[in-house]
This record gives sequence, structure tokens and C-alpha cells, in this order.
Amino acid sequence: MNTTTLIAAIPLALRKLSPRYMVHSPVMFTVLVGSIVCTLVTVVQLVQGSSMAAFSLAVTFWLWLTVLFGNLSEAIAEGRGKAQADSLRASRTSVLARKWVDGGNGTFREERVAGTELAVGDLVVCEAGDVIPSDGEVVEGLASVDESAITGESAPVIRESGGDRSSVTGGTTVLSDRIVVRITAASGQTFLDRMIALVEGATRQKTPNEIALNVLLASLTIVFLLCVLTLAPMAAFANALPTPIVLVALLICLIPTTIGALVPAIGIAGMDRLVQRNVLATSGRAVETAGDITTLLLDKTGTITFGNRRAVAFLPAPGVEPARLVEVARLSSLADETPEGRSIIDLAAQQGVAEPSLEDLGHNSGELTVVEFSATTRMSGLDVEMASMADGGTRQIRKGAASAVAAYVADAGGFVPQETAAAVEEISAQGGTPLLVASVEGGHAEVLGVIHLADVVKPGMKERFAELRAMGIRTIMITGDNKITAGAIAAEAGVDDFVAEATPEDKLAVIKREQAAGRLVAMTGDGTNDAPALAAADVGVAMNSGTNAAKEAANMVDLDSDPTKLIDIVGIGKQLLITRGSLTTFSVANDVAKYFAIVPALFAATFPGLGLLNVMGLASPSSAILSAVIFNALVIVLLVPLALRGVKYRAVSAASALSRNLLIYGLGGVIAPFIGIKLIDMLLSLLPALG
Amino acid sequence: MDLNVLSFATQVGILLVLLAVLHQPLGAYLARTFTSHRDLAAERGFYRLAGVDPTADQRWTIYLRSVIAFTIVSILALYLLQRLQGILPFNQGMAGVDPWVAMNTAVSFATNTNWQTYAPEATLGFGVQMLLLAVQNFLSAAVGIAVAVALIRGITRSQTSGLGNFWVDMTRTVLRVLLPISVVGAVLLVVGGVVQNFSGTPITTIAGQLGQTVPGGPVASQEAIKLLGTNGGGYFNANSAHPFENPNAFTSLFEVFLILLIPSALPAAYGRMVGDKRQGYTVLTVMAAFWLISTTLMAWATAAGAGVGLGEGFEQRLGVAPSSIFATATTLTSTGAVNVAHDSLPPLAGGLLMLNMMTGEVAPGGVGSGLYGMLVLAIITVFIAGLMVGRTPEFLGKKIGAKEMKLVALYILVTPALVLAGTAVTVAIPDLAAAAPAAGPHGFSEILYAFTSAANNNGSAFGGITSSGPGLATLLALAMLLGRMLPIVLVLALAGSLAQQRKIPVTAGTVHTHGPLFATMLGGVSLILTALTYFPALALGPAAEGLVK
Repeated sequence: MNTTTLIAAIPLALRKLSPRYMVHSPVMFTVLVGSIVCTLVTVVQLVQGSSMAAFSLAVTFWLWLTVLFGNLSEAIAEGRGKAQADSLRASRTSVLARKWVDGGNGTFREERVAGTELAVGDLVVCEAGDVIPSDGEVVEGLASVDESAITGESAPVIRESGGDRSSVTGGTTVLSDRIVVRITAASGQTFLDRMIALVEGATRQKTPNEIALNVLLASLTIVFLLCVLTLAPMAAFANALPTPIVLVALLICLIPTTIGALVPAIGIAGMDRLVQRNVLATSGRAVETAGDITTLLLDKTGTITFGNRRAVAFLPAPGVEPARLVEVARLSSLADETPEGRSIIDLAAQQGVAEPSLEDLGHNSGELTVVEFSATTRMSGLDVEMASMADGGTRQIRKGAASAVAAYVADAGGFVPQETAAAVEEISAQGGTPLLVASVEGGHAEVLGVIHLADVVKPGMKERFAELRAMGIRTIMITGDNKITAGAIAAEAGVDDFVAEATPEDKLAVIKREQAAGRLVAMTGDGTNDAPALAAADVGVAMNSGTNAAKEAANMVDLDSDPTKLIDIVGIGKQLLITRGSLTTFSVANDVAKYFAIVPALFAATFPGLGLLNVMGLASPSSAILSAVIFNALVIVLLVPLALRGVKYRAVSAASALSRNLLIYGLGGVIAPFIGIKLIDMLLSLLPALG
Repeated sequence: MDLNVLSFATQVGILLVLLAVLHQPLGAYLARTFTSHRDLAAERGFYRLAGVDPTADQRWTIYLRSVIAFTIVSILALYLLQRLQGILPFNQGMAGVDPWVAMNTAVSFATNTNWQTYAPEATLGFGVQMLLLAVQNFLSAAVGIAVAVALIRGITRSQTSGLGNFWVDMTRTVLRVLLPISVVGAVLLVVGGVVQNFSGTPITTIAGQLGQTVPGGPVASQEAIKLLGTNGGGYFNANSAHPFENPNAFTSLFEVFLILLIPSALPAAYGRMVGDKRQGYTVLTVMAAFWLISTTLMAWATAAGAGVGLGEGFEQRLGVAPSSIFATATTLTSTGAVNVAHDSLPPLAGGLLMLNMMTGEVAPGGVGSGLYGMLVLAIITVFIAGLMVGRTPEFLGKKIGAKEMKLVALYILVTPALVLAGTAVTVAIPDLAAAAPAAGPHGFSEILYAFTSAANNNGSAFGGITSSGPGLATLLALAMLLGRMLPIVLVLALAGSLAQQRKIPVTAGTVHTHGPLFATMLGGVSLILTALTYFPALALGPAAEGLVK
């Protein structure tokens, strides 16, 4: 928050003074009515030249500020969204679409139409440099697309027909090649339009929890309204009837204005925090639900582990020098461009073997033949013409599936040593993939050892799952792997449960099962076959790289397509609720001090004993009341940054989070106003007019 | 008057030990009573007679309709029989009761308030006392317990609309719980010296001549249920300060024990019924802490208060310690029996008694009403606590959403609204205010106390105030009726709403509703809500009178 956003928010804050708008917040509406009453009373006093007029004017002025500060906090929060919406809108400039029109006889001709005139089902052509006119699905071709307008990510992405990368978003730009797109969203209902509406808060509705909180705040307002209204006859009975200004001041101080003023800003800021992390939620409700999630469904690949298996160890056969295995294993992968092959080169390099390169090898020895992996041989490697050798024979180096390599070695008259066969079994049992390394040289076949390929759990995942467990969230890993592999990764990553050999139907079944047990489930997905599960999950996060079907079914879209972000989303949801709860507690706890300021000010003249309640030693009745009113107004402004930023959230158990927040916002809420009101009173007592 | 600290501590200690020993077995018995599927022969006979199907599982609306119908019939019966007393047998020559007094009394006894705007021994004969008031003491107590049980069922049941059967809960409460304990209680009271007869008691003067006849009656039998059912309506105007109702220190302490017995066993029953004894312990701990702190403060305020050197209003046989213990117990429950004139207590002590009632009488509270009052406060607490840890709040596996909050918010609104509005109207109308002739803040306290007592269904009076006139009798009757029925409506609606929900499993992210942290927060929320609501009113009454610069 800076001065510019503050100033920009003022006109909006003033517009929000309309009673029609204010009535949605019972607390702030009460403040508005109170301010109007005080204004009228003050005007009468000014006309009559009453000695109370200066005091009344001051109270009235601060009451209006209270209303304004409340609106300002909301306006600032909305202003942030507006800025984002404007930049999005800039990318929605009207584009001319190249629509394909059926020319009969199976031919098509191109026609230029405005993007806004496209209907669902129309086909459009986009070539390099074209802006895709609306959301759609690639039905023909492949292109690289710049989606930075939506995601902020500058690296282009590939979009192609068929499969899970077929969806394109209106407003993004084709960088190369040519695609034909079938339009799936009418003008005004595109992803971009929805995004703009969301960040602007145009479609903001009160969430269930917000409604429940408002019920509590409204009832507190009624309690205090009753309290003050009945105080009038009671005080009159004691011949100590305060002026209407003072009664209104008491009322406004008691009702929960702090939280009442900040509730909208907290909600908007929660959505905003999601948007800043490049996640779009279709509703505030989804954000709130995210905080309640008790089960996370996570895909193994790409979320818990790196997408591909990696080499983690070389296990030499008996009698083979470890260095020799590393060298040969490396040679076998030199021409292997798959991620697995690269990981073998990387592991060898880590163990100090980085030579020779494929070119050097070609120079130093004879001709090289690259043996590509195929589904029938299930092996890959190199055949090297050995110029140095007397008989000019070849050296055949292979690595591959254990059974395939074993058969290959047996053919050449070799065998697999028992220890190596045991190592292969062992790796399989752990859920890894064993690759046998062998060479046939001069008619001599030899098994050199085993490469252990394994799924590598991303660093830090175990800690994150432990955090989640502390917060009471179960993690379930979903994978297509067999049970053994899945179990090993699950144990290594520290998830609570896993589903192996999972089909998309299994995902749905897991969600249904968890929900039947009363749990709330969140999951991520990107494929069309994930759509039913995404729709069934309480929080479904679709990857922006995924299909339109997935995005439609989900209630959040992650523009970065980062599945681990689900964990952040849960944190944001929790933070939203925590901020609301903490400020509610703070607001109510504040009342204690305000009573000690105002009640003695009201009645100490009639009942001197009540002066004992003036524990703060406030200077005079007028300064006491005014100090409480000023504190009440200023505290809203002081808490705006906290409302926007959110109360600090830690992944700890409910009990420790509660005791911490209770201490800060409960006890702090009781003590802070005693200090604040006293300080303001000390300043006010310097003003002669209030003496 | 001086406080004998040793005697005070001994009495408090005896109560604590007795209740600590008894609350679990009695709670287990209560839980069994309300979960058993077997009916006693007497119960089956009654169900056949009344045409009740004991197996019918009632929705909350039907349960409520049964409560309301039962209360209306009770009020009408009480009113008519009082009015017709003159032509009924066993009236000891007493005439029909004044219509305003009869109306007020009917509402008062049907709502478990037992505010007495009349002098019983001079107004009602044995007939009405025994047939109506004593019977009603059982019934109104049973209603409170039944509603609390329905709320517990709402919490424990899942995806159902049924809350049990009101008539079964009522009948079992009376036959299996209240009657047996009352009989034992009455016998022990007689042993302690409480009278039980059907004649006046002749008093012989010191000179040996027959001096006067003091009214007697079936006192002990009525006394037991008066306290056990947290009713509080005395056989005599002086209530438990009368030597026939409460002759000595033993009976005084025993009467306090009877007051606290069922309310302090209900949390244990609740813990068992929800399948987690810790829930019951937590609720009981908060209740016990309030009770202990308030009792101690009361003893201090009574002993330290200015201007009580003469001990006006004190029963001299009892003194400060038994009076403080009794007065605190009677106002922290919905009993309202008294063994000391609350009006004559030092102002701050009187204010403390008002504060006790203003908390909603939850420590341990009226039979049933104390538990459901405390559970409503627990739901508010869990709502705030849930927000503070970032979860949509849930209470024992049930989500506290907008609908539940509406009901709970209205619940906490009802009683303060009745107390404050009633007091404000009374002080604003000079004719009504004249009923409390005391000058200054004390007169105000008398009015505030009357409405606090009525709306919270306590029934004790500050004295000094004359509430038998049509205006006050009506206002107070309204406060009693609404103060009883509206919370019951809201509690049953809440129970209905909770019962329909599916249970959410407990995780590490769940705010536990047991343990010291939650207990502290529950206590804090209850106290702050009460204090904030009544601060100005208390300032103008007891504080204005009691704080001296």
C-alpha cells in the first residue's frame, strides 16, 4: 500500500457512502446512521451556540472518518484488483479473426470477422503473429503460443491438436506455425473475461463463512444497540442522562467496527493473494474451502517426484572395478537423449567420469553405431569398431531391461552372476528400475553391473507433508505405478496413503470415499479424463496447460501449471479465515478498555465512586469519550495493512495456532486500547477547547 | 459480619468432594436413562394412558411443539386451580388467588422460574402447594433436562431429523431421576429438622403458655424438589431463610448440594453421550471454576462490604459463609431459593449475584438449561477459535455455518434484550418504577435484579420491590415466559440443524473442544460477552452504590 493507491481509493470510498451500499454491512451502516444523527445534533447545537458544540463537532468529525476509513480499506483492496484487471483488459483488444467458412464441397474459405462476433463452434485459423480471438481447442496443427498475457510466464508453450495440450486461451499470441481452433467460449464469457471480473471483484459474493461471521457481528451490534438504547432511560432514572452525541459515541465504540470495516478488504485481499500466486479461483467460496481441506490428492509424477526416473547408483558385478562399470554405463548412454539416459551421464559426471564425448570417441576409435532403444529389444547402446584391436572386431555395449540384457548376454555365451541377479531383484523390490549393463567384446560377453533408476522425490517434499500432517491434512499419492514402486515412493516422500495403478476412475472413487467419511478433498489435474474428479473434489485445481474440460470442471486454475501449488492454496485459505478470526477477537476485546474510558466519563459526575473505574486516569469526560472514538477510527487504518497482508500463517497444529493468536489478538486486543486511548487522551488534554 | 475462613473453606471443600465423587456415577446413570431402549412398567402404563407412542422419533419441530403444548397446558392448569382454590378441597380456608398474581405464578412455575410475587403460607393451602406447585417443580425441571438431552442428540446423531421423544424424556426424567433422588433428599431433610406435616405448628413461649401457631405443612417433600429441580419456590415467603425450610447449617449445606447435584452431573452425562468424557470434564471445569471464583468473591464482598455490621437480612443461625455459598449457588443455577435477603447484602455482593444470573446461569446452571446454555457459549467460542486457526468452525464434528450462527446469535440476544428492555421500560414509567421505592441506585438495582431474575428463570428476588401489581406482574411474566421459551425454541432448532449434518472426522487441524486452552477461552468468552452487555446497567446499579471514592 502506498500513497498513490491510497489517494486513488478515496473517490471510490466516498462513492461507497451511499446507504444503499452501506446497508450490506450492518456494523458500518450503524456507524453511518450514528454519524448522521450526530451531524444533526451538532448543527442544532451550533445554531444554539451551545457550549457543547466544539466537542460534538469533534466527535461527529471522527465518526464520519470511521465510516470513511472502513470504505477506504475496501476501496484500497478493490483498487489493487482494478489495476490487475486493467492490464488484463489491455490484452483483450478487439482482434480480427480469420474465420473458416464452409464453402461447400468440403472446401473452406477464410473470412475476416471481428473477434466479438465469433460463436461457439466456429473454426478460426491462427498463424504466427496472430492473437487467438477467443478460448478454443486446437483441432488441427501444432504451434508455439505466447501465453504471457495470462500467465505472466514469458516462455512459449506448445499447443497441438488432440491430447491434453489442445486448449488455447483468447488473448494469447501464436508465435510460430499454424493451428486451426474451434471456438469454445462466446464473447464475454472467455477465460480472460472471467478473470477480469474476478480480480475486479465484480462477481464477489459473500462466502458462507463471511455470512456466518456477519451474523455474529450483526448480533453483537444489536446487543450493543440495545445496551445503549436502554441506557438512556436507565441513566435518566439516575438523573444522569447523557447527550445523544455521547450515547452514539458509546454505541460506535462498542459495536465491532474494526472487524466490520475490514471484512470486505480481508476477503478481497485473500483472492488477491491467490491471483498474485497466479491462481485464479472461480469463487471466494473455493478459497475458503481450501482452508478446510483435510485430504490432498497429489499425482506422483511431476508433483511429488521429478517427472522422470533418474539414475541414483551403479552396482558393479562381482569382480568388476566400480570405475569400469561407470565408464561403460556412461558409454552406453552417450547417444541416449532420453531423460533417463541423461541422468546416467549426470550421475557418472558426479562420480568424476565426464570423458569422452561422443565426438571424441568417434575420433579415437573406429566407426560408431548407435543402437536406439526399441520396444522389442528393450535395450540401447553403442557398437564401436575397435580399430586398435588386432582382429578389428567390434565392442558392443548395451544397457537395458534386465531380462532383455540377460537374454542378449546368454546368446553371446555369457551369464548373469548370481549377485547381480540378486541386485536386480532388490532394486525392483524397492520400486526402482534396474538396468543391466553388459558388453560383448571379441566374443566374450560380460555383465558389468546394474544401474539403479529411481523416481526421485523433489527436495523438501517430505518436510511439506510433515507440515501438512501437523495441520491435520492427509496426503494421498496417486500413481499409475505398480504397488511396489508406489509404496517405495510413498514411504520416501512421507505421504499418508497412496493409490497404485490408478485410473482416472480410481481418483474419482478415492474422492467419493474420502468425502463419504466427511473429509474435504483437494486435487490437481490437467487431462480431460481428470475432469470428473476435478468437479467432484471440493477444491479442484486445473493446470493452465491442461484441457478446457479440466479447466471448466475445476474451481481454480493455476496459471503456472505447478501442481505443488495446491499446498500454497490451502495456506491462503487458512490465512483468510485466521485474519478474520483474529481481527474479530481483537475488535471485541477492545471494548473492555472503551467501557473503562466512557462509563466513568458518563456517570462519575453523578456517582463519584464510578470515577474509580477511570483506571486510565483520562483527563476529562470529554477527552475520554473523544479519545475512545478517535482510537476506534484510527485502529481501522492501522489494521488495513494487516487485513491486506493477512495474519501470519504457520503450518502448526490447531492448538498452538489458537494459543498464539489468542495471546496476540485476544490479550493484545484487551491491552492495546488502554495504551492507545491513554496516549490520545494525553495529546487531547493539551487542546484548550476540550478542557 | 465476619467471615470464618476455615468454616467457609470446609463447606466449599465438602461440596466439591461430594460432587466430584457423585457426578460421574450420576452422569452415567443419566446417560443410561436417556439412551436406554427399555421402558419401565409404570412408564408403559403412562404412555398408554396418555396415548403416546414411545418409539416415535420426533423432528425438532415436533419436539418443540410438544414442549410448547406441555407448557401451555401447565400454565392454564396452574392458573385455573389457583383461581378456583376457594372451592377446592384442602384449601385451609384460603380463597381464590388474585388474577394477576395467579397469572404470574402460573408462568413462574411452568417456566422453572418460581418467582413468587405472593406470600405462599398466606395465599396457598396444602392442596395447591402440593398438587400444583410441587408437581410442577418436577415437570418444569424435566422439561429443561429433556431439551438439553435433545441438543446432545443433535450433536451425536448424524444425517437424521429425529431428536428423540419429548414425552419419553420427560417421563423418564421424572420417574427415574427426580422422584427417587427427591424421596431420599426429603427424608434427609426431615432428619435434618425440616418439618413435614399437615397442621400448623404450635409454638410454646418461654413462659410455658401456648403463644402462637406458626403455619406448617408438607415442607420437606416440596423442599427436596425445589432445590433438586433448581426451582426455588419456597413453601414459605422467607424461603430457605425460614427455620422450617432450613433449620440449621447441615440442611443449608445439604440444600446447596441438592441444587448443584444434577446440573453438575449433566456434563458427565453429556461427555458419555457424545462418546468423549473429556468434553464433559471441560464443560464441568469451566462451570466449577466460575462457581468457585464467584463463591469466594461473594464471601469476600459480603464480609468486606460496608454497612453490614448489623447483619441485616442475615439468618443469624447461618452467618456469612453458608449465606455466601447458598446465594452464589442459587444465582449460578436457575434456582432462586434464598437463605439470606439479597436486598440487604452489600451492594457489590448484590451486583455479583446479578452478574451470576447475567452469565446466563451456566455454572452449573439450571437443570438442563445450564448445560444447553454452556453448549451454546461453547459453539460461539469454537466459532471464533475455528476462525483463528483457519478452519470453518466445527463443534464435535458438526460444522458451525451461517444457519447455526443465526440460532446461536439469537440465543445470546434473547435474555439481555428481555432484561435490559424490561428494566428500561420499568424505570421509564414512573408508576412502575414506584414499585421499588428505595432511593437512588439501590432502587434501580431492585428493578434490574427483578428482570434479570425473571428473564433468566432464576426466581430469586432482591426484595424491596412489589411485583404483584398488574403492570409489573405482566412484564415479569412476559420476561419469564420469553426468557424460557425463546431459548428453548432456538436450542431445539439448533439441535435439529446439527442432527441433519454429516459428522466431520477429527484431525490435527480441528480445534479441540476439550482441554485447558478451550476451557480458558470458553470462560473468557462467556465472561466478556456478559460483562460487555451489562456493564452500563451494572455501573448504574450496584457499582454506583458500592464504589465509594
